[in-house]
Amino acid sequence: MQVRLSVQRHHPEAEPRSWWQEYTVEVPEHATVLDALLEVRDGQDDSLTLRCSCRSHICGSCVMKVNGRSALGCKTKVSKALERSGAEGVIRVQPAGNMPVVKDLAVDLEGFFGKVAAVKPWLQPTGPAPEREYIVSNAAMLNVREAMACILCGACVSECNTLEVDGRFLGPAALAKAWRFTEDPRDGMTAERLGLLASVPGGIWDCTHCFACVEVCPKDVRPMDRILELRRRAMEFGFNDSNGSRHSQAFHDTIAHSGWLDEARVAVRSLHGFDELVDWVGVGIRSFLRGKVPLRHKPIPGALRVKAIFLAADRHAPRGPGPHPGGA
Amino acid sequence: MAITHGVLVIGAGLAGMRAALAAQAAGADVALLTKVYPVRSHSNAAQGGINAALNPEDSWESHAYDTIKGSDYLGDQDAIEILAREAPGAIIELERMGVVFSRDEHGRLGSRNFGGASHARTYFVGDFTGQAILHVLYEQLVKSGIRTYNEFFCTQLLRDAGGTVSGALALDMRSGELHQIHAGAVILCTGGIGRVFEPSTNAIICTGDGDALAYRSGAPLMDMEMVQFHPTTLQSNGALISESARGEGGHLVNRLGERFMAQTAPHAMELASRDVVSRAAQIEINEGRGVGGCVLLDVRHLGAAKIMERLPQIRELALEFAGADMITDPVPVLPGMHYQMGGIRTDVCGATPLPGLYAAGECACVSVHGGNRLGANSLLETVVFGKRAGEVAARFAASRPAPALAESLGADEDRRLRALVAQGGPERSAALRLEMGTLMTRQVGVFRDGPALAGAEARLVELQGRLSRLGIGDKGRLFNQALIGALELDFMLDLARCVVAGAMARTESRGAHTRLDHPARDDAHWLRHTLCFPGPDGPRVETAPVTVTKWEPKERQY
Repeated sequence: MQVRLSVQRHHPEAEPRSWWQEYTVEVPEHATVLDALLEVRDGQDDSLTLRCSCRSHICGSCVMKVNGRSALGCKTKVSKALERSGAEGVIRVQPAGNMPVVKDLAVDLEGFFGKVAAVKPWLQPTGPAPEREYIVSNAAMLNVREAMACILCGACVSECNTLEVDGRFLGPAALAKAWRFTEDPRDGMTAERLGLLASVPGGIWDCTHCFACVEVCPKDVRPMDRILELRRRAMEFGFNDSNGSRHSQAFHDTIAHSGWLDEARVAVRSLHGFDELVDWVGVGIRSFLRGKVPLRHKPIPGALRVKAIFLAADRHAPRGPGPHPGGA
Repeated sequence: MAITHGVLVIGAGLAGMRAALAAQAAGADVALLTKVYPVRSHSNAAQGGINAALNPEDSWESHAYDTIKGSDYLGDQDAIEILAREAPGAIIELERMGVVFSRDEHGRLGSRNFGGASHARTYFVGDFTGQAILHVLYEQLVKSGIRTYNEFFCTQLLRDAGGTVSGALALDMRSGELHQIHAGAVILCTGGIGRVFEPSTNAIICTGDGDALAYRSGAPLMDMEMVQFHPTTLQSNGALISESARGEGGHLVNRLGERFMAQTAPHAMELASRDVVSRAAQIEINEGRGVGGCVLLDVRHLGAAKIMERLPQIRELALEFAGADMITDPVPVLPGMHYQMGGIRTDVCGATPLPGLYAAGECACVSVHGGNRLGANSLLETVVFGKRAGEVAARFAASRPAPALAESLGADEDRRLRALVAQGGPERSAALRLEMGTLMTRQVGVFRDGPALAGAEARLVELQGRLSRLGIGDKGRLFNQALIGALELDFMLDLARCVVAGAMARTESRGAHTRLDHPARDDAHWLRHTLCFPGPDGPRVETAPVTVTKWEPKERQY
């Protein structure tokens, strides 16, 4: 079948700006976008630069944006990409997002790997080593294995909405990797890891839980879910000195108290100190003028039934004391 | 300006990272060089598992015997004894580093059956064991702080006046700048030569660079004719369907629904050694009992739950690239080039005959796999011999004076590379690569004979001649993948000639090398390794004896 591709090129040696270049290739029915790009590179234009290796989505090299969405080129069927390419029938290919472009589809990965390294991604057992292997259940290993499936392709980072505006965010890949160690029964540094992740700038509380990383991960690692779990555990361990954890706690407390969200109280309790409060005065005034901040916050009818739900949940708490916020 | 390190490791897959960590632990200042990033290495693709006689009911002698028999007695038994003895310790070491091995109901490491093994001794992580181990070694690499040069391509090894290997010339692919790296010892861990054949299960990066670098420096390549064709690969793109599908109980059937392995391997059936299974499958296909040029892999009887727990990744591959759901359909598969048993000749510590040069992993030939490799022994080889090579190389580097090399060695090479980019000829490296690959599959495949091999040699010589008329479109310096592709092709043609030379020299059939004109195994003349040395007109073949310790060669039956 014949396929039209429009590829965003960038050759900084020759030309500072990027440009779109269209190609037409002949590929078999089952071909992937990577196959099509290699057909271009091998047959028409050997200056088209893209990283690829295994062709079977295990090496993570060929991350790119196809029709605006981050994906592995070797995991994206041309037929599927054409369905989503709009009336023109041209597949748009761009380099991955949130990373500087080096040339064509090759992006600079140093920052990406640097953030992974920043979470100390190696097993840190404490206590004496066992005689042979650690005795751990298969279920525990299967649990960790879900994050071990990560191939560090960067699709999640490419798609991350927080990273688009805040380059300090550690990002979904690094945080999913960090989760892997907090869940590994052989690692002895859970508290230290959680403390770091909860307090470092760009840590677990900077995720906007938009689901983008979960949607694009080719290995079903579900990074956002891991980040939310890290938040839960960090609070269980008492790492509550952050706007995010205070926000969660305030959500929990006001709803448990009155049956519905007390926005003003939540806002005030989330912030840390008078200086941050002052920053938010403008927002507070505008909210009040729009009727978002009632002066009196009354419990709803049935507030006691809501409180009973919270008490029951705390009684059946899965692990340890403390609140179990649903995120937000 | 030269970069200086104690030990230079070229290739950052399992063997390379293991060697680097071992060299550092032995006190060396290590540089690890890769033409990709460590986690992109092809070690990732190994699915099934890693062997060790950890079970008290098993024994290293049994593992060694299975490996020797699997090798069709071409493996060096002293090396195989080391592999089998050190295996249990290697697995425990990996587990302690954090590999998430599957467990049994007692929380201990769980094992599965694999081809050619008389005991269940394959330890695994789902069906992505290679990736699981590679990523844990990467974690250890990050912890170690070892200096890693990513996207650096080695074009040449450097030797001092006395002939000791003392470093390499390497192109920083991103900037296009050529660097001189001086080192007390060099360890090649560059993996296999898969892309010499088309199709192949191997990644695009598997171009045998280290084999070629060693060969061009005068180190011999051993048993190059021993190339493994994996019995179950997908027709559309050569993707591998792991032996674990058969290890979990899968069947291979022909068009008539017969489990054809009963003819050649009545005891082991689908879990006979890979060369036996590949030949059987190829015969079914050649004699018209195939289905669209394939045989069928059937795991339906295992049930959905087991398939989803043990074989999730390969089910996905079959769904995507063969349109078959393993839970409800049989999958069409055929033999495909997969692994290099041969490679750079080393001793049991990874030392090549060239002082200062070491090798480990698939690019090395110790030889532990001889004429055929058992599944789950290659992951084992990487960590056992990677560690040994790292330790020995570190000791060598510490014992010798700092390398004395001229600072300007890179200048000639830089000129050569620029000239290659500038030259404008009608040939295209992608087209030449495809010609080489299809030629090799057709004439140097599962079944070989003298005339076909001679014809292949003539065609390869012609292809090498056409390299001088290569035209590269990308004239830039930054990240010039077209230049890298041309350099890789140049390496691969040398290696293809070695495969053919070895195949022509070995006038017998043994392991994966099957000569229709010499169908019997000939221990009297051929219990020997082939060695390819570079000559003026191409490879010059010599032979060397196989090391036999305890196990007398006998006929192989499965």
